[in-house]
Amino acid sequence: MSDEKKLAIIATKGTLDWAYPPLILASTAAALGYQVQIFFTFYGLQLLKSKLDLQVSPLGNPGMPMPMKMDKWFPVLGTAIPGMQSIMTMMMKKKIKEKGVASIEDLRGLCLEADVKMIACQMTVDLFDMNHKEFIDGIEYGGAATFFEFAGESDITLYV
Amino acid sequence: MADFDQELDATGLNCPLPILRAKKALGGMTAGQVLHIIATDPGSVKDFEAFAKQTGNELMESKEEGGKFLFLIKKA
Repeated sequence: MSDEKKLAIIATKGTLDWAYPPLILASTAAALGYQVQIFFTFYGLQLLKSKLDLQVSPLGNPGMPMPMKMDKWFPVLGTAIPGMQSIMTMMMKKKIKEKGVASIEDLRGLCLEADVKMIACQMTVDLFDMNHKEFIDGIEYGGAATFFEFAGESDITLYV
Repeated sequence: MADFDQELDATGLNCPLPILRAKKALGGMTAGQVLHIIATDPGSVKDFEAFAKQTGNELMESKEEGGKFLFLIKKA
């Protein structure tokens, strides 16, 4: 047993915005000397795809700031019109770049480089008829018991 | 400004990149060497304090100059 601190994270969301918290926290904790594990389950598995296609949607998210005060004059239903999701995703990605925020690909790479252990939920892989080939190399597949093996001796556990 | 052994330009980068880049740079240095970091992220001021405290590396200097945040960190 090492005296390294441990951080265990469960990542359940598969949108561009929610991809950030687990990866930012994991990479930073690793830089601070933590041993880190992330368990990706349900939609969180999207973060492990070799070809990332993460989107963000204003639909059902009144907290999302929209450009040109669109949220002020757009009816709620307007956020559901076709194309809105890709427009918002495009704008978000542009902002991310402009503000010097890391891309999800970069953050994920930094996590792997820092030996953050990533575990994909095998049950979800089966449930959604996914294939191991769709995912990046260097990850493991396991279930809830695998998560608890590490989480049980962690100093911090987070559910995102 | 004190002497330093290596410089890291983290201008334009946002959280957590300045910290991650600094960690990487320090990884390639030897104990006692000093890393000079230039950042523009205002959040990095508190973050480098916290980074130093938790990693044991010494934050020798932290200052703002012309809209930039400058740090000197000595590797433990």
